[in-house]
Amino acid sequence: MSTVIEKKTVIGKRIPKPDAPDKATGRTIYINDMVLPRMLFGKILHTDRVHAKIISIDTSAAKALPGVHTVLTGDDIPVLRFGTTRDNVPLKAGKVRCIRDEVAAVAAESEAIAAEALGLIKVEYEDLPPVFSPTEALREGAPVVQEDHPDNRSLAYEFSHGDIAAAEAESDVVLEHQFDLPYVTHCCMGPGCVIADFDTAGKLTIYSQTQYPYNYKMDLAPALGIHPGDIRVIQPPVGGAFGSKLDVYPFEPICALLARAAGRPVKLTFSREEEFINSPTRQPVEFKIRSGVKKDGTLTFRSVDCLLNNGAYTSWGPTTPVIQMRTFTGHFRVPVVEYKSQSVYTNSVYAGSFRGYGNVQATYVTASVMDMLAEEVGMDPIAFRLKNAQHSGEITPQGSILDDCRLGECIEIAAEKTDFLRKHEANIGNRDQSARFKYGIGIATSIHNAGGAKIHKSDGCGTILKLDDYARATLITGASEIGQGIDAVLTQIVMEELGIPMSDITIVNNDTALGPWDVGVHASRTTFIAGNSALRAARAARKQVLDAAAKQSNVTAEEMDLRSGYVVQADNGVAIIKLDKLLRQMHFTDEPELVMVTEYYEPPSELEDKNHVGNLSATWAHGAYVAEVRVDTETGEVKVLKMTAVQDVGRVINQLGIEGQMEGGISVSLGYALSEELQIRDGKVLNPSFRDYKVPTAPETPEIELHFVESNCKEGPMGAKGIAELPAIIPAPAIANAVYNAIGIRFFAPPMTPEKVARALHQ
Amino acid sequence: MSLEIEVGFTLNGRTVQVKVPPGMTTLAMLREKLDMTGGKLACGEGECGACTVKIDGRTINSCLMFAVDCDGRDIQTIEGLGSVAGLEIMQQAFVEHGAIQCGYCMPGMIMQARYLVDQNAGNDQKLSREDIARGLEGNVCRCSGYTKVVDAVAAVALEEASA
Repeated sequence: MSTVIEKKTVIGKRIPKPDAPDKATGRTIYINDMVLPRMLFGKILHTDRVHAKIISIDTSAAKALPGVHTVLTGDDIPVLRFGTTRDNVPLKAGKVRCIRDEVAAVAAESEAIAAEALGLIKVEYEDLPPVFSPTEALREGAPVVQEDHPDNRSLAYEFSHGDIAAAEAESDVVLEHQFDLPYVTHCCMGPGCVIADFDTAGKLTIYSQTQYPYNYKMDLAPALGIHPGDIRVIQPPVGGAFGSKLDVYPFEPICALLARAAGRPVKLTFSREEEFINSPTRQPVEFKIRSGVKKDGTLTFRSVDCLLNNGAYTSWGPTTPVIQMRTFTGHFRVPVVEYKSQSVYTNSVYAGSFRGYGNVQATYVTASVMDMLAEEVGMDPIAFRLKNAQHSGEITPQGSILDDCRLGECIEIAAEKTDFLRKHEANIGNRDQSARFKYGIGIATSIHNAGGAKIHKSDGCGTILKLDDYARATLITGASEIGQGIDAVLTQIVMEELGIPMSDITIVNNDTALGPWDVGVHASRTTFIAGNSALRAARAARKQVLDAAAKQSNVTAEEMDLRSGYVVQADNGVAIIKLDKLLRQMHFTDEPELVMVTEYYEPPSELEDKNHVGNLSATWAHGAYVAEVRVDTETGEVKVLKMTAVQDVGRVINQLGIEGQMEGGISVSLGYALSEELQIRDGKVLNPSFRDYKVPTAPETPEIELHFVESNCKEGPMGAKGIAELPAIIPAPAIANAVYNAIGIRFFAPPMTPEKVARALHQ
Repeated sequence: MSLEIEVGFTLNGRTVQVKVPPGMTTLAMLREKLDMTGGKLACGEGECGACTVKIDGRTINSCLMFAVDCDGRDIQTIEGLGSVAGLEIMQQAFVEHGAIQCGYCMPGMIMQARYLVDQNAGNDQKLSREDIARGLEGNVCRCSGYTKVVDAVAAVALEEASA
């Protein structure tokens, strides 16, 4: 009797992450848990000044402390410039420019000894006049932060399309607003950690939390004065990243310099306080926006001018205008648009990238302004948005090709599912009543790159896939797992194509010596790019296997399928041969072959030209989110009761994983809207603890209703688009619009803390 | 520096004796002296719950308790939940409901969730989602957004109540 096997798909199913059981039992060894033989512990002396000349550093007492192996200052090493614009060095010599600055570092036999040694280092400073606000830093005669930039100007971006004056002349309403978006920080639960180890040939093995291991080699090398090829990056499991590990930060090369000087492996771990003060933030931005609209609700123009506080050094934060700009120029049909940004050096801390990469700030502004324009021309927020929503096939002024645009569909579903218009109108009617609690509903939408983002010459990802004699698959991918669940997605793709169970698939992606190149985990790109790479590799392996099976059968390869470890006839599921048996037959013959394929997937996207025009991403996605809030008019507390999120995802690969990405993103955005702000006064961080920096916890979490629009993206793996960032981008302005609907007050500077809301209400 | 104090207690059902410096926290002792690295140091000031373990039947932030105070006590860590062979029901629920992303906070979160459901055993009033959320408010997670965490705990509470 023949075995018959039905086709079962795993795509779209609720598949638990393969790494979850070990994480649930405490068995997973995170980088923070690792101990290497002979390992020393590093610690960094951060300055307590914001702008000062270093007159002298006395390390003699620290060096004499028993258990101390190495003490380094900026004077002990050559000047090694690194960073996005090469304006940073690992240990500062001569001058400190912000509260994060590293003036000395110690490697000792225990953390306690290293900490004691730091206390013995004496630094003499001469304070310099500081400057903290970008506006003041641009004034003639302002203190100079970076000597190479005497005007304090860092990166600037500019885009212009059409004639603003003419567009303004034909507008019936022109509104001008200012927004001020705050410093917030990632709060990765695993504090910053790195372990560095040199061999006798001078090659470095670095255990890192990085989320971009291949470019990390290139960026780390100049900070150490070594060749990028001499760096091997190992990525143990990490406690969160969210964009914060997309750059090299001084503690990493400092750890490596300590390891090289000590001749031993060195581990350096941040305390939570150091994590708050010394790790990157989201980029704060001051926006000025002018927007025009005709009486009938047609948008006429947007003009955006923004000022970014660069801080003392340049990480990825000041490059986020690249993505910000796409939203201002491309979200809704805006025929005429100009955008200018200037990043300005100050003696403040500096920003990196953080889930959303500039679009969080841009969407807070655009979504708020859309509501204000709608109100001004007497339209409801839904009709106004639908009037200006693009259709499939439209191309934005910057060249984003909206080949399959679901913006209107997302808005319609969101409005319908929440009974938006009825509630919106009713809430306005209730504003003047004396009830303590006021209710509000608000919508926000956005666009984001969902097919990678070509900011490097290649936006690709490599895959190596092999099948062994037992039909076990190993997928070696360039893509990093940082908790987001790419291992599950790639495993499902292999399961689907090769018809083998999850337990028979191993993903290897933690070692640059093994893995093929990938840009890194950013830009919501990994499912799309690494997924496509894995899919192509799996299909190539499948073809090789089926061609071999066809040679010994009267069924053609095209008529075959792989299911549950068998080669079967596709039409009736009748088993032809067990897959492992076939693989052994292929291997152990006179003409042996192994199934071992390589793939490098490069998405069909474009680098921007010098005018910032080009289709940066292989596809784009939209979402429309509705927040329902309750405002306590006595205490000022805003409670989000419900978040309804409608999101174009192309196609769901892992229902469980995509829901997790959505819910987690919404939580981060909830904090941005209501409670989170890293308070920095005169360059110093005032609230470096979870006690004073309020991230959302379980009781603040609203009910969440998710609707996925499955547009089946032609270029996406199995039809999928990228997802990670939009849920962290859209909720905050939806909440702001809901608060306005409840109480008629608009907040141009989140977070909408009880204090701020109460003050606004009682003024 | 060199002064160390011997403490003895039960750890996940086994008797242990260990010498600790007087300033060492319970978390540091578990991680550095006893290889129980499941509980994590994430804030070190009792604000995030990543270091949650159970001591004499109650969950505590082990980063706030001195190791010398463990003498004579009964300690359970995440490693003592379930067996070597398999997952305990709460751990399984967290896996199946997709509550775990980076997972760093999860050993602490699961210990607190297990405690919460155990505390309510025999109570006629079933744990609501609000009860569960309030019971977990000392445990910070930055990946999950908590919805799936509460889903998992609610499922275990329901299953055990009807068992």
